[in-house]
Order: sequence, then structure tokens, then C-alpha cells
Amino acid sequence: MHEQDQSATGTRLGEVRAGFAASLSAGLGVFPLGIAFGLLVVQSGLPLWVGPALSVAGYAGSLELLLVGLMSSATPLATIALTTLLVNFRHVFYAFSFPLHVVRNPVARAYSVYALTDEAYAITAANPRGWSAWRLVSLQVFLQSYWIGGGLVGLALGSVIPGEIEGLEFALCALFITLTLDAARTRAQVPSLLLAGLSFAVALLVAPGQALFVAMVVFLALLAIRFAFGRRTGELA
Amino acid sequence: MTPGLWYLVGVLAIAFTITLALRAVPFAILKPLRESRVVRALSLWMPVGILAILAAATFRTTIAEHADYLVPAIIAAGVTVAAHLLFGRHTLLSVGLGTATFVILVNLVW
Repeated sequence: MHEQDQSATGTRLGEVRAGFAASLSAGLGVFPLGIAFGLLVVQSGLPLWVGPALSVAGYAGSLELLLVGLMSSATPLATIALTTLLVNFRHVFYAFSFPLHVVRNPVARAYSVYALTDEAYAITAANPRGWSAWRLVSLQVFLQSYWIGGGLVGLALGSVIPGEIEGLEFALCALFITLTLDAARTRAQVPSLLLAGLSFAVALLVAPGQALFVAMVVFLALLAIRFAFGRRTGELA
Repeated sequence: MTPGLWYLVGVLAIAFTITLALRAVPFAILKPLRESRVVRALSLWMPVGILAILAAATFRTTIAEHADYLVPAIIAAGVTVAAHLLFGRHTLLSVGLGTATFVILVNLVW
């Protein structure tokens, strides 16, 4: 992924290639998870078209896995709406640093917002520089095709063979670990890391069922305090 | 039981509308604020922490259903970190080694 800074040739093909290169490591997590999602759709007894339809309409991996379970037990639509709101609320924070401003074409811009998943955000957060419209949008198109492709493979596998390879889902965790290491290269990032660790610990104690969402809210609150404190001591002036 | 077609379409419409709104609205709100000091500070401070929280949350999901996966998950996370720092930050390689470690441990050892 870190070759992309050097390969910025500026040509469209070069940019699409760089987007592809940036998508590969995430693909290693997204594709197997897509397979797991497809298998889950088969097991749930829902019509098979629900799999790809969910991956297009509600493109957000963890939510889709959750919705399959909720749909198969005919959960009321109001509960579905609240769950979607809570599980995906973390996406409101991504606008702070996602490089959407490089995308000018309105259709491409709309797609880029629509496809702003955890993985797309994480890749840009770990490599903040060098993004062009073609690179960013092709990254997102590749990521979504891995997800939908994995889902289709899962549907096919689930219809043919029982069982799955245990443990492939760890790829997603490994991906976020490496992206965290990439984003934390300078000592200036240490306070943010410590505050994030504290936020997650607090979230586990206060709301273990909504830990991801609560951790992000607590983290944002701590950063706000840090900002207020920094301004008062003149650090940010 | 199989839910009806309109129920399924309703779920798809809700998931689409809410997810897209959560992703789009902040850009509209933040646009005039892009030059503000708070937004600039947050865009510098947030990424590394959010990534760390996502790593912690997916780690927890991994061990949520099988508590006995804790040790393999710790070992695999260690392999991922070591591979990334020692072998020149090739993400694909680090993720591949870490995942392979976990898959082998939970299938063949644990």
C-alpha cells in the first residue's frame, strides 16, 4: 500500500492502478468476510437475492451481517431503522478527514460518499496524501466489488457445501492493526492513541453491547477536551 | 418463516436511506467549517484513534463467540505487528501472515 506515493504518475490508468494497489490489503479482509456474509444469507433461509441487494442498498459490512439475522426473524422496521442508525452512526466522524474534496464530478462524488465504508476511510486515514479523484473512486469501486464478489462466492458455496474455513475473519482485525501502525508513525500521535485506548475501555465498561459506537463518542469528547485545554495553555494558538 | 417481499424491500430502503444520510450530511455541515481550528485539529487527531478503536472492536468480535480464541488472537495480532514493523510495512504481507497464523492456530492447534 505504501508504494502508492511513488507511483503517482498523474495519468488516469496510473491513478486507477494506484487505487487498485491501495485496495488489495483491505481486499484480503473484505473478500473472506463477503464469503461469510453470503454463507449467512444461505443459512438464514432468506431469498438469495437479498445478499447482493443488501450489499448495494446498505453497503456497510457489519450492518449487513447484522441485518440478515434481524430480517430472518422478521424484526419490526422501526427496530431495523434504529439499529442501522446506531451501528452506522460512526460514519458521521469520517467526514472530518476523508479526502472527498479531490472528487469534482458530481456522480463520482455521490458514489464516493455512498461508498465511504470503514475500510475506505481507514485506507485514506493511514495514507492521507496523494489522493486524486480517479485513485479514490477506483479504490472504493474495487473494495465494493470484493465485497459483492465475496458475497456471491459465499452464496454459491453455501448452496453446495456445508461448513466454512474457521478464522478467516481475523483478516479484518489484522488490517486495522497495520493501518493503525501506519497512522502512528510520529510521537505526536501517541496522545490520540492513549485517548482511543481509554475510550474503548470506558465503552466496554459502560455499554459492552454498543462498544464501537460509544468508544467513538467518548473519543471525540476527549479530543474536544484536549482541544479546549490546548487552546487555554496556548499550545494551539 | 420467510418474510414477505415488501418487508424485505422496506428493510433495504431503510438501510439505504439512513446509511447514506449518515455519510453525506456531515460533509454538508463541515464544508463551511473546513478552515476552522477545531475541525483542523480533529482531522489531525482523529484518524489514528479511530483506526485503533476499529482494531480493538474487530479484535473483540473475533473472540466474542469463542472465548478460547483469546490466546490465538493475541498471538496472531503479535505476528501482524511484528511482520509489519520488521518486514518493511507491506500491508498485504502483514495481514496475510497474521491471518494465516490465526487460521492455522484455531483449526489445527486449539
